[in-house]
Amino acid sequence: MHELGLVNYVVKQVTRIAEENRVSRICSVTLEFGEVSGIVPSYLNDYWNWYTKKFPLFDGAKLVCETIPAVTWCDGCKRTYPTVRYGKTCPYCGGGETWLQQGNEMNIKQIEVE
Amino acid sequence: MEQFRVIEVRESILADNNADAERLRRELKEQGTFLLNLMSSPGAGKTTLLKGTIAALGGELRMGVMEADIDSDVDAAAIAATGVRAIQLHTGGMCHLDADMTRQGLTAFGTEDLDLVVLENVGNLVCPAEFDTGAVKNAVILSVPEGHDKPLKYPLMFEVADVLLINKIDVLPYFDFDLDKLTEYAHMRRPGLEIFPLSAKTGEGMDAWTDWLRRQTAAWRQS
Repeated sequence: MHELGLVNYVVKQVTRIAEENRVSRICSVTLEFGEVSGIVPSYLNDYWNWYTKKFPLFDGAKLVCETIPAVTWCDGCKRTYPTVRYGKTCPYCGGGETWLQQGNEMNIKQIEVE
Repeated sequence: MEQFRVIEVRESILADNNADAERLRRELKEQGTFLLNLMSSPGAGKTTLLKGTIAALGGELRMGVMEADIDSDVDAAAIAATGVRAIQLHTGGMCHLDADMTRQGLTAFGTEDLDLVVLENVGNLVCPAEFDTGAVKNAVILSVPEGHDKPLKYPLMFEVADVLLINKIDVLPYFDFDLDKLTEYAHMRRPGLEIFPLSAKTGEGMDAWTDWLRRQTAAWRQS
């Protein structure tokens, strides 16, 4: 359900960009998601295929999803570590003063147009 | 041969919604209406808390409630029975409200003469946290039976919270709910987050919460 909302935003935003650039057809849209953004790309694809059928601008448009790795910064030892593997606790010093540096993103990276 | 062109976008999917939410907040500021986004899992007691809040405020603030659900109007009917203006929004299958849906609701509702509007979001600890509704503050309810570990499991919800209400404290003796642990976990997500333990059913702890609401509403109208 969450993914349906996002597809709706992507279609709206890409439609606006297409109008600004006088584009007649979208060939593909590339999205990038952080590893801990909570998005399931396979759900997105299903919603994408169903929803974009309603819009001629998106006829046959492919959805491409890329992943941005999640990285956490530790205030205690000033190092970074992979979030998914170690979570909130720093694997180097065991500290908990740690903050997500990247990995929460939900971006439209680029669109291929005709 | 087909000619492809690539447009680099690098824009957050939520950029339009975030801009819309900022616009809505500015309009509410001009109008002097405080909009509170109330979030929790299903059954944490959002509607009961609202009924208790309406009774405790006793007409002191001109108040309205927007109920968001996937379907049904039982919540709006329950609020309307208290005499407060209520409207039911249906999200059409969507698991959350966004700024555009909130604006549509506010427009249909007519909020110019209201001091405080509460938006009761769809019951869900995941999706509503992602989407800025345009509200001035986010309130999150966690009820005792859900357990004190929820800030660990649903990080974003507790990061976006401006105030956390621990509801159903009247049943604390029957559950292994640790208020100290909850406070520790919640502050990991949002340092300094204000937490009010209360029972919407018995009324215990409701004064501290309604004082917070009064203060926030007054500050929004004055600043």
